Amino acid sequence: MAKSVLIDLTRCIGCRGCQIACKEWNERKAKKTEMRGVYTNPPELNSETYTYIKFVEQEKDGVPVWSFIKDQCLHCKDPACVSACPVEALKKTEAGPVTYHFDRCIGCRYCMLACPFYIPKYEWEKAVPWVQKCSFCSERIKADMVPACIKTCPTGTMFYGEYDDVLKEGRSRINKSPGKYVDHIYGEKEAGGTSWMYISNVPFASLGFNANIVNRNFPEYTWKYIGKIPAVIGVVLIVGAATWALTRSKNSDKEE
Amino acid sequence: MTSHEKDIKMWTPFTMVLLLVIGLGALVIFYRLVNGLGAATNLNDRFPWGLWIGFDVLGGVAMAAGGFLIAGAVYILNWKKYKPIVRPAVLTAFFGYLLAATAIMFDIGVPWRIWHPAVMWQIHSVMWVVAIHVILYTLTLATESSPMIFEKLKMNAALTFVKKIMVPVVLFGVLLSVLHQSSLGAVYLIVPHKLSNLWYSSQLPTLFLVSAVMMGLSMVSLENIISSKAFNHKPNMEILSGLARGTLIAAVIYGALKLIKLFKGGIGSAFDGSLEANMFLLEMLVGVIIPIVLLLSRKVRASINQILFVDILVVAGILLNRLNVAVFGVYRDQSATGLSYFPTLMEFIVTLALVAAAIFGFKLAAKYLRLFPEPEGA
Ligand code: SF4
Ligand code: SF4
Ligand code: SF4
Repeated sequence: MAKSVLIDLTRCIGCRGCQIACKEWNERKAKKTEMRGVYTNPPELNSETYTYIKFVEQEKDGVPVWSFIKDQCLHCKDPACVSACPVEALKKTEAGPVTYHFDRCIGCRYCMLACPFYIPKYEWEKAVPWVQKCSFCSERIKADMVPACIKTCPTGTMFYGEYDDVLKEGRSRINKSPGKYVDHIYGEKEAGGTSWMYISNVPFASLGFNANIVNRNFPEYTWKYIGKIPAVIGVVLIVGAATWALTRSKNSDKEE
Repeated sequence: MTSHEKDIKMWTPFTMVLLLVIGLGALVIFYRLVNGLGAATNLNDRFPWGLWIGFDVLGGVAMAAGGFLIAGAVYILNWKKYKPIVRPAVLTAFFGYLLAATAIMFDIGVPWRIWHPAVMWQIHSVMWVVAIHVILYTLTLATESSPMIFEKLKMNAALTFVKKIMVPVVLFGVLLSVLHQSSLGAVYLIVPHKLSNLWYSSQLPTLFLVSAVMMGLSMVSLENIISSKAFNHKPNMEILSGLARGTLIAAVIYGALKLIKLFKGGIGSAFDGSLEANMFLLEMLVGVIIPIVLLLSRKVRASINQILFVDILVVAGILLNRLNVAVFGVYRDQSATGLSYFPTLMEFIVTLALVAAAIFGFKLAAKYLRLFPEPEGA
């Protein structure tokens, strides 16, 4: 039942229509940026930018190749950010999107630290700040509409559908044209699997995709600790009480 | 009242400086509330946590470990020898937690929602575990410190009652502390790819707990020596050597755990000359290696000044450890796209102000409450 997206990096032409459509739908303001001598703008996601296109130029077989990488929340299947949030301000919905609920958020920013993809951003400049990130247009999905960026894209870079179908589509595109794609669906296993996945004609590491992300559900890391707490409670209380009982009689209690 | 009350001069130039710093800190906090975190701090999207979390929260809580250790030793293990230092130890812990709680309060984006974790439970979040423990343990420490206040106010019924429930309260405090110290380490379990291998370990909860024990014992010893110098009473050498032995044992365990981890993770990364490697070496040298070498000598453990020196090293070293985990250990990863972090003057002022407030509070307690019980029969 969960919606999912495959981003085929070979199809993107870097028009940034998605970046604009996203801003419009989500009523995000422009942020002032500077000339930096590169096409990527803004340089990173920020509290007003849920998605952006990263421009990467490299050489393949002696010819320059451009890659345009759309970046946004990957809507992990078992998200680090959701497990990190102390007040359930972040939720993984059944429909697929990981949504943020500002009315609960205390602004601890642990989600920002925990997210392996550096997605949640903060409104640092505001006196009452919220976390901001792509919501997978969860309100549009609820209304049976396609997310804004996908609706806008002129080249069909994003294949949108049910999770299983999307994964199948990725596999079959790689298999159908041997040599065209690298044999890797980014997001199939990364961080335990994500709802947004990528296929590419050049190795992902060369495009700045984080190669250090483990293929494991991140919440497990902390659950290994939290799961032990009941045992610790038992042991400390029992050992503590026993120690107190045993040592009490030995040292006669010289009260002041 | 107590014999040393008249000895403590309240309005010294030092106190004035403390108050000045506290005042400045209050101004900065006001500025931060009106203008937001971005205006007051250098925190940014790649460095969501900085000095306040690394030093005030992680450091402040570690500093407070002496409270549960000494209270546990006296009330659970019935090591009555340490009874004279229970009160200052618990009070230090209380101030440590107040320091941490205040820092959290103004570090989170929406301070007036600080109570949310108490009603919005999310047991899968280490941060929730941390929040609940801050609340519960601060209350526990207040209860453990309350006899001093009840004494002063001559509220005998309340005093008798608190003394009666002291053992279970202390046991509860020990439990909360074990969980809280370790859960602060557990916060970083979820960033295996961000925190440098020099600090990241699946043993982080244990490492935080053991290093907090070192820090807590040293802190108790430190404040005993300093207050005995300041308030002119003789420190009990037997207690100080006992604390020094405790620090030594914890330091050896900690050192061994770190060493095993280092060998498993490739020891070379500690000597590659990078910023994080150097910070790591500094931390280990100051906080662990030199203290172990010194404390192994019986002569050191018998000298007040040398114990004081070791205490300062341990406290500084473990504080550096917390700062390293929070800032320097993640620096390489988080600065990868060019953003950097160095605290603003305002961040430093707030940190200083919180420390000043703790010292000032301790001084007030030493003057007006029976913080250092007279020796038996005196
Ligand atoms: S990419 Fe980051 S913010 Fe998005 S769901 Fe995964 S952990 Fe959460
Ligand atoms: S900043 Fe808000 S959303 Fe993020 S973990 Fe903290 S409370 Fe949750
Ligand atoms: S709208 Fe489509 S083609 Fe244009 S930048 Fe976005 S993903 Fe690429």
